Amino acid sequence: MKFVQNIFDQTRPLVEKDGKRNILYPLHNALETMAFVPDHTTHSGAHVRDAIDLKRTMVTVIFAMVPALLFGMWNIGRLHYGAFGEESTLMDNFLFGALKMLPLITVTYAAGLGVEIFFSWKRNHPVNEGFLVSGLLIPMIMPVDIPLWMVAVSTIFAVLIGKEVFGGTGMNLLNPALTARAFAFFAYPTWMSGDQVWINTKGDEGAQLVDGYSGATAMGDLATTVGQGLNNPATETVMAQFGSEGTYSLMNAFLGLIPGSIGETSALLILLGGLFLIFKGVGSWRIMLSFFIGGLVMAGIFNAFAVNEFMALNPIHQLMLGGFMFGMVFMATDPVSAAQTETGKYIYGFLAGFFGIMIRVFNPAYPEGIMLAILFMNVMAPLIDHYVVEANIKRRAKRLANA
Amino acid sequence: MSQSFKIRKGHNIKLVGDAPKNDLGNVSSTTYAVSPLDFPGITPKLAVKAGENVQAGDVIFFDKDRPEVKICSPVSGEVAEVKRGAKRKILEVIVLADSTITYASHGAFDLSSSDRGAAADHFAKTGVGALITSRPYGVVASMHEEPRDIFVNGVQSGPLAGDLAYQLEGKDAEVAAGLEALSLMTTGKVYVSQDGEASNIAALNHDKASAITFTGKHPKGVVGTQIAQVAPINKGDIVWTVNAIDLPIIGRAFLKGEYAPGYKLAVAGSKVTKAGYATMLQGTNLASLTSEHINLDNTRIIAGDVLTGSKVEATGFLSFGKSQITAIPEGNSTEFFGWVLPGFGKFSTNRAFWAWLFPNRKYDLDTNLHGEERAFVVTGEYDKFIPMDIFPQQLLRSILIGDIEKMEQLGIYEIVPEDFALAEVACTSKLPLQQIVRDGLNSLRKEMI
Repeated sequence: MKFVQNIFDQTRPLVEKDGKRNILYPLHNALETMAFVPDHTTHSGAHVRDAIDLKRTMVTVIFAMVPALLFGMWNIGRLHYGAFGEESTLMDNFLFGALKMLPLITVTYAAGLGVEIFFSWKRNHPVNEGFLVSGLLIPMIMPVDIPLWMVAVSTIFAVLIGKEVFGGTGMNLLNPALTARAFAFFAYPTWMSGDQVWINTKGDEGAQLVDGYSGATAMGDLATTVGQGLNNPATETVMAQFGSEGTYSLMNAFLGLIPGSIGETSALLILLGGLFLIFKGVGSWRIMLSFFIGGLVMAGIFNAFAVNEFMALNPIHQLMLGGFMFGMVFMATDPVSAAQTETGKYIYGFLAGFFGIMIRVFNPAYPEGIMLAILFMNVMAPLIDHYVVEANIKRRAKRLANA
Repeated sequence: MSQSFKIRKGHNIKLVGDAPKNDLGNVSSTTYAVSPLDFPGITPKLAVKAGENVQAGDVIFFDKDRPEVKICSPVSGEVAEVKRGAKRKILEVIVLADSTITYASHGAFDLSSSDRGAAADHFAKTGVGALITSRPYGVVASMHEEPRDIFVNGVQSGPLAGDLAYQLEGKDAEVAAGLEALSLMTTGKVYVSQDGEASNIAALNHDKASAITFTGKHPKGVVGTQIAQVAPINKGDIVWTVNAIDLPIIGRAFLKGEYAPGYKLAVAGSKVTKAGYATMLQGTNLASLTSEHINLDNTRIIAGDVLTGSKVEATGFLSFGKSQITAIPEGNSTEFFGWVLPGFGKFSTNRAFWAWLFPNRKYDLDTNLHGEERAFVVTGEYDKFIPMDIFPQQLLRSILIGDIEKMEQLGIYEIVPEDFALAEVACTSKLPLQQIVRDGLNSLRKEMI
């Protein structure tokens, strides 16, 4: 690997303090530390250190996302060919999806890392690894047909306002990936909702959509049942899709064979990633578990007091739809924006899941209630932590008083 | 009846190069050094000049703010040099030793008396008071303060720690006298801890001390952990801590009036060619030991263990109060894509590397940091290594922003840097936790005095 090291050594003078391309120093440093774990040794405190670093933590999260990502690519192709009634093989589906997905990923990384590198240079610190994960999360929660420039603008907004203004990775209040999605959702609503964007239907020239083909998501369809009351014949066709034979059947939702944001559809593979994260000790099982329970409780309450078909949906089915599972495993568990105390994590997770289902069902204009609920709980997390820490402070004060 | 505690949070770092019970003999040197840098919280004021003769136990320097805190010479001889650094800061006082040590005699102390004042005076003038650490702040104790309790730590559970029973062998009378002397200093309790997983050391069972037993993981052998389980420190409390291995030194000062700060010291680590126990005084020049028993090629020599010890040069001097020498490889080399590889052979407390499959493997760790420093990102990580009722990350944040009130509320009085050593090893963001805690304690102390 000597020649790789040589490349870094030879280009270093260019980017160092007095070099002509100093602005590229963070990029140089990021690439070099990526290629080689640096030779830094301990100089204060403990003399030996754990092999773990933030790069390892982040790459572990990326590994956990890969199954859902690959499935999402395949699903893009499957839905596309399905919409035109064309036959396709597994490979056709996957390649079609990969061709749609790769530009999204590239644009996200380029836009986000550009901002990160600029701030690293300004603040004179190395590029943080946080965006490695955010940069992959963002394309996974976008609809397939969103224009690339919108993704770029959303990403830049998220990194800038969601993270850098607070001081960068570790200081941010909001989850940057969700901030990107929220920005896109409110700035370009027509591209982020409705029944046009979830399946790539800009098909081959001359091809016709299959008659009566709907490209809506389960959330969008369920929203139409609100205000119709239970057992209304008007909602029958919609609800039939949620039956065991329908498009959005529990099994299809669990496996992910439904339209939706690219990476969020397969509950199975997301759960697999979640188990991997828990097993590796990188993702908080406290948050995931309490998030699931929170969602289940809310969906259970709705189910018990249902006044429309959306509320009446089987609670487990409810949780398999939309971004619930994805939010639970990959969004709510972001350690920086989540509650930081172990007790706080239970409360935070529970409320995020609880409110997620509540927003989704009560306000059908926001089918992605999960996203808003997690962002809301991001803001509330410091408050939860405050009370948990305050309890410790009180306990200590009490001990002093009794001493 | 001893109270038992099991420490569930923590981690035993298993390193190669254990010291077998192998006597490496006496190690002496022509020069010895006393360094103020070994004593946090002391502003040194010299009591001797270069060229003066001293006896073992004569004061070399004392604390400007607390003159009763005295640091004494381990040997007799001539003060050869006072080494100074920037702004004339005293780095080392070097003593050229006589061939046979003569002791400044302070006379034996009648331990049957219960005169606290006289005992305190004896502690101060014989120099053994410097072996006592005072909490909060983790500084050398002043004999003018009266501690709530005294904790004598008889658990050595750090990486490659020596076998205390072996190190204290043949010193029963001094150990007993040391405990007797300490019991005069407090109206509270003298707690003596022992390792429930090692053989019980009979000499440490004293009728004036309360026995406590610890089992489980390291940091069971960190006295802060023990205090937190038994009787946590409140604001306003003063608690003294003493390492059991120092008891014979205290005992001898009371039985004979002599200051002879020596240990049977564990010499261990993967870079040690012949591991074992060497008998040495504090401040001994390490050159002969290191050239004989340590492979010096790209080696870090540590006085103490890898968690809390201080780096010393191969030709440097043994730091104060350290009863272990560890030698491990320097980690000054890069590793190609080390953060992506599965890491079957990498030491980690985290399952992110596959080495968790081999929990009993011993590691040959080097000093590589394994990454660059980052902001706090991962949460709940430190809690796994600090068995105390505190919120480590919140406390560290309060220190970093200098919020004294918050530090107090979050329990800074209960901690000293070594309590955070294991968390520092595990820290994903590679933050200097022990240094942060030390800075916090210093700023708090400045505010309080």
